[in-house]
Amino acid sequence: MNEERKTQVIVVGAGPAGIACAITIARAGKEVVLIERGKFSGSKNVFGGAIYAQPTREIFPDFEESAPLERRTVEHKFALLGEDDGTVISYRKNDTVSYSVIRGKFDRWMAEQAQKEGVILVEETVVRDLILENGFVKGVRTEIEDYYADIVVLADGVNSLLAKQVGLRADLKTKDVALSVKEVIKLPEEIINERFHVNSDEGCIYEIFGGSMSGMLGLGFMYTNKNSISIGLGVALNELVEKSLKPYDLLDKLKQHPEISPLIKGGELLEYSAHLIPEGGYKKIPALVGNGVMVCGDAAMFVNNMHWEGTNLAMISGKFAGETAVIALGKGDFSEQSLVRYQDMLENSFIIKDLRTYKDLMGSIAERKEHFLGYYPKKINSFFEMFTSVDSIPKRQKYHKFIKSIFTDRKISDLFKDAFTIIKLLWSILVK
Amino acid sequence: MSDLENKLYTVKYTPDTKSHLQPVQECCRICNSKICTIICPACVYEWDENARKLIVNYENCLECGACRIACESCSLGWEYPKGTKGVTFKQG
Repeated sequence: MNEERKTQVIVVGAGPAGIACAITIARAGKEVVLIERGKFSGSKNVFGGAIYAQPTREIFPDFEESAPLERRTVEHKFALLGEDDGTVISYRKNDTVSYSVIRGKFDRWMAEQAQKEGVILVEETVVRDLILENGFVKGVRTEIEDYYADIVVLADGVNSLLAKQVGLRADLKTKDVALSVKEVIKLPEEIINERFHVNSDEGCIYEIFGGSMSGMLGLGFMYTNKNSISIGLGVALNELVEKSLKPYDLLDKLKQHPEISPLIKGGELLEYSAHLIPEGGYKKIPALVGNGVMVCGDAAMFVNNMHWEGTNLAMISGKFAGETAVIALGKGDFSEQSLVRYQDMLENSFIIKDLRTYKDLMGSIAERKEHFLGYYPKKINSFFEMFTSVDSIPKRQKYHKFIKSIFTDRKISDLFKDAFTIIKLLWSILVK
Repeated sequence: MSDLENKLYTVKYTPDTKSHLQPVQECCRICNSKICTIICPACVYEWDENARKLIVNYENCLECGACRIACESCSLGWEYPKGTKGVTFKQG
């Protein structure tokens, strides 16, 4: 072994998880090398997206002073779309929970902070293999060289070929991921402010149900940036496979919906992108530690799809892995028994608690998706269509007709099945 | 230009000379769904019926990984492009 090619910790992947991990280790005075396959941090990353203020402060206490933030979210809108109509519920508060960011700028900023604090960042380098010796991960093999370390942290994203390679993770199935496509559409700041009813620096998030994804396990999103709108959708990959659908066709259709199209009208497409979102949840969390190795962020399937959280789980899991690495270095013990502390921290935190809370969510919704993501959004719209219609028909007659339709649209047994699913789900979320 | 071509035109690529996507053509020939030709968000895969061959426009790959997971026979050779190559998202 060439001693020059040996460090204390190697972190693979300079996204939120990897950077949080590496900076935690560097702050403790340990040597850490952060390897990124892209030209710069964020150059291979895509998300909705917003980052969350509180968890980001845990890594970068003063990030709001210098990080490249787009807009502070003051409004959340939940849009239930029918074919040509829609119902939108809004919640607005002048609060600081999240900021929209552009990953190519924000991740790069995070990586620069990490470098300032002593992290050695190596960009444009792909880790092809992990080096295994006597059942321990001992380093990484890049295209150019072998690089050894006491501990390797895998923050290599949703596809994590490395976690799979060392048997920490089984191969993903189509139902374990959503394929997301996104477009960033340039619009003048003033027009965004007007269309989304916000002041400069204030932003709005849309969560979109139904529409072109009606009856499918999928969700649309829209985020306001300073001078652009990010619009996209994510649909369970098994849905696209089973229905032979092209993801960008669904996005094009969504963009044409009368609820959406006026918001992006006249904009210029800046960039199209695609990415996978881990959707497997609690049941698909891989083995998180092994001898000399830990897994964090998307690679560990840490996404809370109910609340559209991912980067926060990535950052905090990275921080936990970093803290565990520092303690393990102090003890000189890099075995699974030593690193299992990382898993204990996760189990005692919101990360695994939240994923456990929603462990049955996706399965239950998937089973009844035509109903929960098709029938009901349409039904809510048809209620408002009835409620707002003015056609000289007596109101009581219209109410009776609407109520009757709830029992005659589908089999009565579907109503019972839905009620049962909801009760079972609520029980699993709130109690069990 | 098709809608998708317009979209892909906005993406910055540094293509390699060699494809990082390596289908096993014998598997493709007997594949029923050719699902990669449908779900790929960059339409990287095209089935050439005359040549009985899967064409791979790897230069357009967005590196999402969907094809690897969706591949019916799990035979698609899929790795990340070299560190200096592939897609560079500026607005992700």
